Amino acid sequence: MKTLIKNGRVIDPANKIDSVCDVLIDSGVITEVGVNITANADETIDATGLLITPGLIDLHTHLRDPGQEYKEDIISGTRAAAAGGVTSLTCMPNTTPVNDCLAITKYIISRAKEEGSANVFPIASISKGMKGEILSEMGELKAGGCVGFSDDGVPVVSGELMRRAFEYADTFDMPILTHAEDLTLVAGGSMNDGPVATELGLKGIPWVAEDAATSREIMLAEFTGGRLHVCHVSTKGSVDLVRQGKARGVRVTCEATPHHFTLTDEAVRGYNTNAKMNPPLRSQEDVDAVRAGLADGTIDAIATDHAPHHYDEKNVEFAVAMNGIVGLESMLPLSLNLVEEGVITLNQAISLLTSQPAQIIGIDRGTLGVGAIADIALIDPALEWEFKAENLQSKSKNTPFSGWKMKGAAVKTILAGKTVYSR
Amino acid sequence: MSFNPKHILGIKNLTADEINFILDTADSFKEINTRQIKKVPTLRGKTIVNLFFEASTRTRTSFEIAGKRLSADTVNISASSSSVVKGETLEDTAQNIEAMHPDIIVMRHSASGACDYLAERLNCSIVNAGDGTHEHPSQALLDAFTIRQHKGDIKGLTVTIAGDVAHSRVVRSNIHCLNKLGANVRITGPKTMLPPGLEKLGCEVFSNLNDAITGADCIMMLRIQHERQGKTLIPSLREYSRFFGLNDENLKLAKKDAIVLHPGPINRGVELSSSVADGKQNVILDQVENGVAVRMALLYLVAGGEKLQDE
Repeated sequence: MKTLIKNGRVIDPANKIDSVCDVLIDSGVITEVGVNITANADETIDATGLLITPGLIDLHTHLRDPGQEYKEDIISGTRAAAAGGVTSLTCMPNTTPVNDCLAITKYIISRAKEEGSANVFPIASISKGMKGEILSEMGELKAGGCVGFSDDGVPVVSGELMRRAFEYADTFDMPILTHAEDLTLVAGGSMNDGPVATELGLKGIPWVAEDAATSREIMLAEFTGGRLHVCHVSTKGSVDLVRQGKARGVRVTCEATPHHFTLTDEAVRGYNTNAKMNPPLRSQEDVDAVRAGLADGTIDAIATDHAPHHYDEKNVEFAVAMNGIVGLESMLPLSLNLVEEGVITLNQAISLLTSQPAQIIGIDRGTLGVGAIADIALIDPALEWEFKAENLQSKSKNTPFSGWKMKGAAVKTILAGKTVYSR
Repeated sequence: MSFNPKHILGIKNLTADEINFILDTADSFKEINTRQIKKVPTLRGKTIVNLFFEASTRTRTSFEIAGKRLSADTVNISASSSSVVKGETLEDTAQNIEAMHPDIIVMRHSASGACDYLAERLNCSIVNAGDGTHEHPSQALLDAFTIRQHKGDIKGLTVTIAGDVAHSRVVRSNIHCLNKLGANVRITGPKTMLPPGLEKLGCEVFSNLNDAITGADCIMMLRIQHERQGKTLIPSLREYSRFFGLNDENLKLAKKDAIVLHPGPINRGVELSSSVADGKQNVILDQVENGVAVRMALLYLVAGGEKLQDE
């Protein structure tokens, strides 16, 4: 089966290509990229006016499968990914049971292969049961297909265990993904500490809770020589710490979420539980710093922290509502909005969404190079549409962006040569 | 003017005119409380549910008496705020109550925003009797009523509020109320008890009590709840009392005719010395008395106000 995509603007940061040309796919593999390809294709797609990019890669999702399928499962989660132009994603290990062993890892990968609409690369837990006590069997988990380790959402408290995690993971050339948060400084807070929290009478989570933990993890990475990826940086201080760490030669990368570069804690007003997440929405100064970090290359990837929750878990008093929002289907337009606002270039945006995240977890995706597996997003950058929670493919509808006017969308998502989503 | 709000959720969204209208209405009700027969038929046939998810004696009794003196049928429900743990959500609890067709639910809840939450989901009126550390509008209104009673116009007065501001809903409502009425609001307490952004709410912030009360017209002392606030905010009640307690000595720094308010219940020897608590300058029991009139006004206005008299 041959598919020819014609006359699109190919943006392939991995191969430094940005030009209008054609892409030929044969048996799920890219076989040619060039101008005026003439081939007897079974299917020809006219991509005039569209961007042809590698399928997007999301380094941070929660698929809730196994165990919390009422929120999301591998089928619905990867369908949401496809609708957002995402062809590869990682899923965090805080499932029930925790992904800390080969059996769960194999279940996730095989389920995704059989019935999913995207490639799923599991992140296994740093510690068994995410209890922060004993390291997971990292060697075996890597062999089983995991691409990194994280106790996302339940940060490892012990400095000693974290040190050993860096050392042991690096034995297998694997990164540690950290949810940087000093829980003793969070102390029961439910939104960003600041004037809005004071006015609403909600206990604040101060920026120092994130920065203190980010600082420790960077120092441990520096000390051990291990590889650190800081998840969802949300504060000015964290961006600065990563920037300084990189300048010192620490092996550190980081990601930012669309909500942290789009919204401030003002979105919580009215006790909007769909604006409750962890880390919380921060101040304008923090948002500006995250944007600056994306612009100057301090931040390596845009990732969603896609965190589906059931309606009942959000339809409660703010302080007891679950943390997190869905993000797979809003990541692309919110990222393109940064281009529209002149914060980053289009090439930077695609790079942050494809080749750079691929590099962090060491997967052979995020490229349109000849011989690469044909994971491709066709993006209409000019398409204007209304984002509606009820139209989401995800099982959960917890988003603060419902009703937003968006610009730019994936109109076709191709996974290994096969169309998995068409708009 | 006429003012018939559907709900009273907080002071923040009220205008100065609306606040004054509420206080004027309370003025006209105050006299009823000193009659031989302390009852008028104004709210006859109305049902008011006092839904309290947190312990309260003063506020709940005050709302209940206010309702009864207006001839409403009042029902008190003391619910455990752990309804989530029991499996029933706040929305479900409230919908069950609403199915019995109350006209007004007066609610106190430990979660900030709980009253806003209900107001969005129910058809009956909601009166906030204190939500988390967000607002306590009837308290701020009775404080303003009491200040007005003793000082006349609130405009231009200097009012100092001292204590655990971070955990106080009374403070937030008072800051909004006093600012709208033109007072200069000063806030003081140990820095562990002062949340960020108070200046943005229109306050002058002091870390020294003496500086904060010098020249003040009104001093509002907040209750210290050592057992609730955890042990990390202050080392001991003894130390708190020494540096942030009001006593005969430091009270002299305020204006000679300054008044001392407290939302109650007071901790003698902690935020107030007994001599101040029993002294001539305190108006604490006036606040309690005025609370009934202010709450009568709120229930009356929420229930329809002047329209009631037309019927």
